[in-house]
Parts: sequence; structure tokens; C-alpha cells
Amino acid sequence: MENLNLVLPEIFISLSIMFLLVLGVFKKDSSKITFNLSLFAILITAIITINETFSVSRETLFNESVVIDSLSSLMKIITLVGGFLVLVISSSYLKTFKIYNIEYPILILSSILGMIVMISSNDLIVFYMGLELQSLALYVLATYNRDQLKSSEAGLKYFVLSALSSGLLLYGCSLVYGFSGSTNFDIISNQLNSNEYVLTFGIVFILVGLAFKISAVPFHMWAPDVYEGSPTTVTLFFTMVPKIAALTVFIRFLYVPFLNLIDQWQMIIVFLSIASMIFGAVAAIGQTNIKRLIAYSSISHIGYTLAGLATASNEGIQSSIIYISIYVVMNLALFCCLLMLRRKDQYYEDISDLSGLSKNHPILSLCLLVILFSLAGIPPLAGFFAKFYVFIAVLEQSMYFLAIVGLLSTVVAAFYYLRIIKIIYFDKEKDKYDTDHSLWLKFSLTVSTILILLYFIFPSQLIEVVSRINII
Amino acid sequence: MNFPILSSLILLPIVGALFLFFTKDKDGNNYTAKYVALFTTVVNFLISIYLWFSFDQSTSSFQFVEDRTWIEGFINYKVGVDGISILFIILTTFITPLCIISVNNSVKNRLRDFLIAILIMESFMIGVFCALDLVVFYLFFEAGLIPMFLIIGIWGGARRVYSAFKFFLYTLLGSVLMLVAIISIYWITGTTDVVQLYEIGIDVKYQNLLWLAFFSSFAVKTPMWPVHTWLPDAHVEAPTAGSVLLAAILLKMAGYGFIRFSLGLFPIASEVFTPLIYTLSVIAIIFTSLIALMQEDMKKLIAYSSVAHMGFVTLGIFTLQQQGIEGSIIQMISHGLVSAALFLTVGVVYDRMHSRLISTYGGLVSVIPKYSILFMLFALASLGLPGTSGFIGEFLILMGAFKDNFLVAVIASIGVILGAAYILWLYKRVVFGKLINEDLKKIVDLNRSEYFILSCLAAPILFFGFYPDPLIKTIEVSVTDLINMHNTNIASK
Repeated sequence: MENLNLVLPEIFISLSIMFLLVLGVFKKDSSKITFNLSLFAILITAIITINETFSVSRETLFNESVVIDSLSSLMKIITLVGGFLVLVISSSYLKTFKIYNIEYPILILSSILGMIVMISSNDLIVFYMGLELQSLALYVLATYNRDQLKSSEAGLKYFVLSALSSGLLLYGCSLVYGFSGSTNFDIISNQLNSNEYVLTFGIVFILVGLAFKISAVPFHMWAPDVYEGSPTTVTLFFTMVPKIAALTVFIRFLYVPFLNLIDQWQMIIVFLSIASMIFGAVAAIGQTNIKRLIAYSSISHIGYTLAGLATASNEGIQSSIIYISIYVVMNLALFCCLLMLRRKDQYYEDISDLSGLSKNHPILSLCLLVILFSLAGIPPLAGFFAKFYVFIAVLEQSMYFLAIVGLLSTVVAAFYYLRIIKIIYFDKEKDKYDTDHSLWLKFSLTVSTILILLYFIFPSQLIEVVSRINII
Repeated sequence: MNFPILSSLILLPIVGALFLFFTKDKDGNNYTAKYVALFTTVVNFLISIYLWFSFDQSTSSFQFVEDRTWIEGFINYKVGVDGISILFIILTTFITPLCIISVNNSVKNRLRDFLIAILIMESFMIGVFCALDLVVFYLFFEAGLIPMFLIIGIWGGARRVYSAFKFFLYTLLGSVLMLVAIISIYWITGTTDVVQLYEIGIDVKYQNLLWLAFFSSFAVKTPMWPVHTWLPDAHVEAPTAGSVLLAAILLKMAGYGFIRFSLGLFPIASEVFTPLIYTLSVIAIIFTSLIALMQEDMKKLIAYSSVAHMGFVTLGIFTLQQQGIEGSIIQMISHGLVSAALFLTVGVVYDRMHSRLISTYGGLVSVIPKYSILFMLFALASLGLPGTSGFIGEFLILMGAFKDNFLVAVIASIGVILGAAYILWLYKRVVFGKLINEDLKKIVDLNRSEYFILSCLAAPILFFGFYPDPLIKTIEVSVTDLINMHNTNIASK
């Protein structure tokens, strides 16, 4: 008998989804209770994950198609915490647009379910199932504000392109299956060798599909449009949570089934990384919409995360995970600020709307200052350490070119972050924004800003947690 | 357990800034904020003076060392001072309170935020000078960009945005290569602790590239020709207090970095690249002096003179002679005092006339004599007249240079003449001549606080000009040991 306790988080979250769906259908005006119950469900799932799986070093279930190890537990916890925070700060935004419905939390829960299935998958089929579950929920979420043209457009674009990439991914999976005779990652790992040229196609297809999901250049085209069109809270979800899951799968694919084929994929990852870093930095310069700008900045941040993965070392993987964790916090803080730009039920998302913010909203501006300098990677803020760890891992492998290109592109990226700071601090002020924000929004902003600001005092804790992850 | 005196020096301004953060911000004369800031910085100055008195001048090893684990098994938070760094710390703590007194007239809005920025800046600058770990050094070195960017950008002049961006991006671009070098050093030697690195030494085959990476950062910060162009812009647009901090202390970070890291860690590469430094320094001395001659903006003129003076400093450091390095350190301290004083004197008339153009002025001596006398003193100190601290530095540097390379020394000496030319010509045009501009007749002489600041700066300039012994005694042993270490490294190659 399998130890079902290990998949208790997945089981619990599926049951909650079904229960909430039934509750939502049969009870009138149940938006609020659904919201609260789903928050509760995520919290319980997180607690279960910590309790049941955090101490497990490596266990497999269901004919080795699901793996529970320190990587999957940690990433699940980050996913759940991210999902929780998104949900908690969404409500006032949704109420403004009159889309505060039961579907929203349920869709978020289903996509989280898809992601945690993905994260602990050790089998092509399980992986694909999780991927599709999360993607389908995300398509609907992108169009969630369906009365707005941009939102529908975003959803459609995302659906078409994402379906294409899923197709490529599936084709890659079938090629890999054809050569190895199994869908199990461990078995594939033993069967594959680099002499099969057609196999390279399989790997490339899979990597392309995954690169699409994390929006790495040159498979990033969808990101700016989708990020701009989707409701802001959904954009926040897009920039944080699916990336964590996709990154985990990336790590899993590269370092379990394809471990022996490093020569084949290392160059691809290095290319994706360099292209994303440079393109993300350069393309963001001309943006006027904050959400588009965040899309490009997230592309360049993904570039740094991939730089860690390209090293083919445990330190590299750990540094990528640290990077993505710190990035999640910075991103959350940035979106909290964005959600505070509200005046009489209207949300503002242009960079020029930030003009002279420091005069009327000194505290909010100070938070933005810290967040933006951190995103730019200026010490002593958390963003610097994220980059620092990645480059330590990169330089350990003597990949000087990657490190120098990466650091030079931080200078380019610094320019557009500075531009926002300039607009906030040096330009003429505009009208005041409303200040009656929900408590959760203020709380998340304060906590995340303090984390960014004071990370340098206790940098060891995060490293300690992450250092348990040893894939290779 | 010793009292962590260096950490308290670093932390105290931040604590002061926190206090300020919770005071009420109001426009105009915000006395509470000002007194809190002043109190903090004066206490910091007193602590640093105590540090100097309890400093043991007979040894070159680091003192007041604090060593704490920061990132497990990787980076230690390590700070300490030796004869070279202690003077820079005192310079920092001495200049900052003067800056704070001077903000009376120049900063009109958001005084509290300005003072917070200055205090945070002070703490980072002290951090740079006492860091004994490369990563800690880098952190402080880069973190200083944030407050300086804001100081120039928020409280600066008309082209402040352009200047702030230029300052930030230039310096950041220079520094990222240094970060690559620091991480590489970690992988080559297994540590980033400077003291340990001095003992282990770095393999010769890596030294040249690493030296260049550090050089790229320090050259921008110094600034050396041809990457000096950010400096005139930043100086001109920054508010007076910002220019003073920039000229007096920020530029010295690079000179200090050259001595501590380039010479200390890469002795062989330093020998290899000495011709490069000589060339760039000589070009800086001659070329920027000529540019300074042609300036019509007083602040710009002083900014270019800073580049020329820093050219002397880099020249002196890489003579690798006792006199040269000692001269460079004294020149840096002296330039810190003199350039601060010159920017403040320009600030005084700028606050009254709102013009930095030389042509606005002329004949000031007949209306504001006190000002003219002090300005005279600082101008003479800037050109290195015997009896002022500027002379000691330049003289020692040229002595070192003559020992090492005759031609370079001769060309550099021409620079001294040019230096006299532009500063005296500036003085002549501003202070002497006929009083043509009618508005100037209403100009008032120095008020009490300005008089106080300028006298505070004049006193050490004159004192160390006549009696440089305290300075030389403090740095002597450290410099001797640095050169000995350098020579043993060269010999063992």
C-alpha cells in the first residue's frame, strides 16, 4: 500500500475544489464565503505540505510516477504561499470591477492543484496532466474581466499560443518516449544516450515548450500582451506562481531524464538565459504601461534564473531557487504598490501616473524606491543577493561570458528602474490617490518591503533551507 | 569583548536617520531635523577622534577588528582599520557635520529627507573605508549610489536628471566587473577576506585580468581620464552639500581602493600596468587642467581641478615609493578639505546670486572682504602653496615620481603650474577687478554659520600644511609594510 499521506496536499486541495464548487452553486451570494474558505484551504494545504513532506528526503509513489523530495516540497510551499497572497489581496480589486465571483478562487485553486501535481511529477504523463490543468485554469483567469476587450484578447492570445507550445511539448515527449520506451523520468535517464540525433529534437521540443511557459526569449511574445490585458491581480498571479512550477519542471527535466545529455542542452539554456537577460532589459526601456514593463522585467529576471540552471551544478540550481523566491517577494511588493494606485474606483497603470508620487504618498514612494532598487540589483537590498548567488554559481563553472553579459545587462536594466524612480521622485506631482486600502494589501506591502530591505541581515536562513535540495 | 567601535561608527548615522524618519517633515527651517542630524554626526566625529587617539601607530596590522559570520562558511562581516584607512574615516566624519550645517540656505524643500540621505551616505562611506572583506566592501561601495542618486536627482540644479542618471550608470557599469572579479577571487583562493588574501596572495596568471576588473571600477570612481565626464555634470548639478560629499569623500573611495586592493592584492599586475596609470594620470593632469582654464562655470572649474588633483593621486600611488604613496594619501586628505572648502565658497555666493558663472562676479573683495580672504586661502591651498596641506601632498608625490620616472615627474610638474594658473585666474576674475554687476553691491558677507564652516576647514589645511607630522606618523608604518609586502611579492615571482 502506498503512503498516501505524501500526496495528502493534492488530495485535500482537490476535495476542497469540489466542495467549494458545490457550495458556490447551491448557496446564493456565496462569493465571500468561497473566498474565505479557499484561503483556508490553501493555508491547510500548506500546513499539510510542511508537516507531511518537508522532512522527506526522497520518496516515490504510484509506480514511481510521483516524487516527493525536498525540491518538490519547497516549491509547493512557495507556490501555495504565493497563491494565498494573490488571493488575499485580490478581493478589493475584483469588487471594483464587479467580478467578485465564486469562480475566481476556485480557478486559482485548480491552477494551484495543477502546479503542485506538475511540481512533484516524475513521469511524462503526470507532468502533462498537471500542466494542462493549470494552463486551462489560467486561460480562463486571463479573460476573467470578460467585459473588457483587452482581457478577452489576452485570454485568447494566451490560449492559442499556449496550446501551440503544449503541442510542441507533447510532441517532444512522444519522441523521448519513442527513444527510451518509458514515460518515467528515472528510466528515461538510464536509457537515453547522446548518440541519437533525433532525440535532440525531442529535447529541443520539450525545452521550447517549457521556455514558453516561463516566457524566456525567444518564446516570450505572449507575455507583454497577456500581462497588460489580464486583470492586475491575475497578472500578479501569472508573474509569480506558474513560473515557480514551470521552473521546478525545468529543473526536473534537465537534471533527471536529460542529465546525461548535458552537452546537448547546456548551450540552449545559456542562449535562452543570455537572450532573456538582454532582451528583457532593452525592450523594457520604451514601455509606458507598468504591467508591460513588469512583463519585460520578468523576462529578464527569468534570464538570471536560467543562468543558474545552465551551470549544471547543485549550487546553480539552489541559486536559481533562491533567485525565484526573492523575485516572488519583490514582485508581490511591486504589485501591491500598483494596486494602491486607485482613485475613485479607477486603477491607474501608466508609468506617468506615478509622477511626483513622493510628494503626496511618501511611504508608498519609499516602498517603491526600495523595491525598484532591489529589482535593479543594487546592494544591500535582497535583489542584489539573488543575483550575487547566481553569479557565484555561474563563475564557479568558469562561465565568464555568461556572468559578464548578465552583469552588464543589469546596468541596462538599472536604467529603466531608475526612470521610474525619477518619475516618482523628480517629477511634478499629480492628484492624490485613495488611501483606504484593505488591511491585507498594506500588510503584504509592508512585510515584503521589510523583507527586501533587511534581507542582508539574515541571508543565511534562506540558503540553509535551499541547500537541502540536491538533485544531481 | 571589545566594544565594536567601528560598527557603531557605521550604524550611528543610520540610527540618526531612523530618528529623523519619525520626525515631522515640514518645509522651511526644520530645526528639529537639523539638530538631530547634526548631533548624530558630531557624536560620530568625536568617536572617530577617540579612535585616532587610541590607534596604535607603531603597527601596520589591522586594529579594532570585528569578525562575525555573516553568510555561513562564505562571507564574514569583517571590519578594521590601519594607518591608511583611519584618516579617511576621520575625513568622512569631519566633513559630514559641516555639510549638514551648510544646508541652511541651499536646500529649500524636503530638508528632512535630504538629511536622511546624507546620514545614510555617511554610514556607507565609513563602511567602505573599514571593510576588510571584498564582498562587504562591494556592498558599501555600491550602496552609496542610492543616496547620492537621490541627492543629485531631487535637490539638484536644472539638468539634475541627466546628471543623476549619468553618475549612477557610469559608476554601476564600472563596478559590475569588479563584482565578477571578487567572485572569481573567491573561487580562486577560497576566501574574500582581505587580510587572508594578503597572506595567501593570488596566482600570477589571474592577476592581470582581475586588476583590470578592479581598475574599471576605480577608474570611473576616481575619476581618471577618459571616464571622468560624469564628474563635472554631477558636481555642477548636485546641491552644495552633495558636491562637497562627492568631491571630498566619494572620489577618495577609489584612491583608497587602489592602495588597498590593486596594490595589496595584485602586486605583479600593478607593476605591469604602471605605465598605463602613468599615462592616464599625466593626461588627466595636463588635459583637465587646460579644460579647467577654459571653464566659465565656477563649479565646473573646480570639478575639473578635482580630476587633475586625482591624477596626481593615482600617479603617486603607482610610483610604488614610500613618498609617493604617503603623498597620495595626504593629497587625498588635503583635497578632501580643499575641494570641500572651494565648493562651499562657491555655494556661498551661489546662494546669494543664484549664478555659478564667473562672468557674473568680479570685484567681490570690495564688498565681502572676509569671504575674499578665506577664498584666497583655499585657492592657494588648491595650487599647493607651501604652508598649506596641498603642498605636502603634491611635493611628496612629485618626489616619489622623480625617483621612479623622471619624464613623468617633469610633465606632472607642469601640471602644478597649470593648476596655479586656473585657480588664480578664477580668483582674479571673481574677487578682483572692477565691480561691474550692480546686484553685487547688495551682497552680504559670510554669516555666522558659513564663517564657522569655512574656518573649520581652514584650520586643518593650515595646521597640516605647517605640521604634517601627525598625518605622516599615522600612515608611515602601514605604507612601509605595504611596500615591503609588495617588494617581497615581486621578488618571489
